[in-house]
Amino acid sequence: MQIKVRLFATLREGRGKELIMDLEPGLNPQLVIDLLQIKRDEVAILLVNGMDGKFDQQLKDGDTVSIFPPVGGG
Amino acid sequence: MEKRYLKNENMLSREENMSLRGKKVIVVGCGGLGGHIIEQLARLGVGHITAIDGDVFDESNLNRQLLSNVENIGKSKALTAKEHIEKVNPDVEVNAIQVFLDESNAEDLIKGHDVICDALDNLSTRMLLQKYAEKLNIPMVYGAIAGWYGQVTTIFPGDNIIGSIYHGSNKGIEQELGNPSFTPALVASIEVSEVVKILTGKGQLLRNRFLMINLLDQEYEVFDL
Repeated sequence: MQIKVRLFATLREGRGKELIMDLEPGLNPQLVIDLLQIKRDEVAILLVNGMDGKFDQQLKDGDTVSIFPPVGGG
Repeated sequence: MEKRYLKNENMLSREENMSLRGKKVIVVGCGGLGGHIIEQLARLGVGHITAIDGDVFDESNLNRQLLSNVENIGKSKALTAKEHIEKVNPDVEVNAIQVFLDESNAEDLIKGHDVICDALDNLSTRMLLQKYAEKLNIPMVYGAIAGWYGQVTTIFPGDNIIGSIYHGSNKGIEQELGNPSFTPALVASIEVSEVVKILTGKGQLLRNRFLMINLLDQEYEVFDL
């Protein structure tokens, strides 16, 4: 299956803005972040197709995974 | 209508402008975001502003915190906000409270306000703010910044946006990136536009929507949640 990964803010550094990944069917966002060498605590918001996503949810062909780092300043 | 509000009258009606005089907004944090938010609320003529911050100005604040200057290093951020606004708009009553919001004082500090404006610098206190905003049935405008990046959303009681989509970390990438002068000014302005719309019932809010700002690539994207 093919999924689109959208990275935001500092997660783009060394990885790019948008990636197309070919994965085995049924794999999950945790695997995506592992493949991209993103640490779990670098992910504050995870969206799958624009909705709140779970790290262990099964992805399907055509899904878009968006990953945002924590932004906390004021 | 006083001349001071003349330039607000074409985008807000006279009645809407006048109604702001009777509104109470609490700004939690008087640093990067808070300084701009308080200034803008006061110039709009929001009648009652509660300014909360237990911190004092430090030299490292001078790059971005509007209310800081070389003469007030070491001085209370909340009290400085009050003194500044007295010179900007004497119509506005500022209640300056020099404390950090926590579990023991949150409810007492927040109650009685029409809108809560988040200008905090950590997620755990924002969660606390959302909890008591919900308990007291008060809408809250959330804003966060880090370097080139910013986020804004408007949270009504029951929406529980922070808890439902935000995972982990109390602090964010601002720890490495710091914050410049322009990101707090922009995010604060967007927060104030949300406060005005809540107070007047105008326009479309960022409710159940999350605005992500990337000034490095000049991207602005709203996610429907």
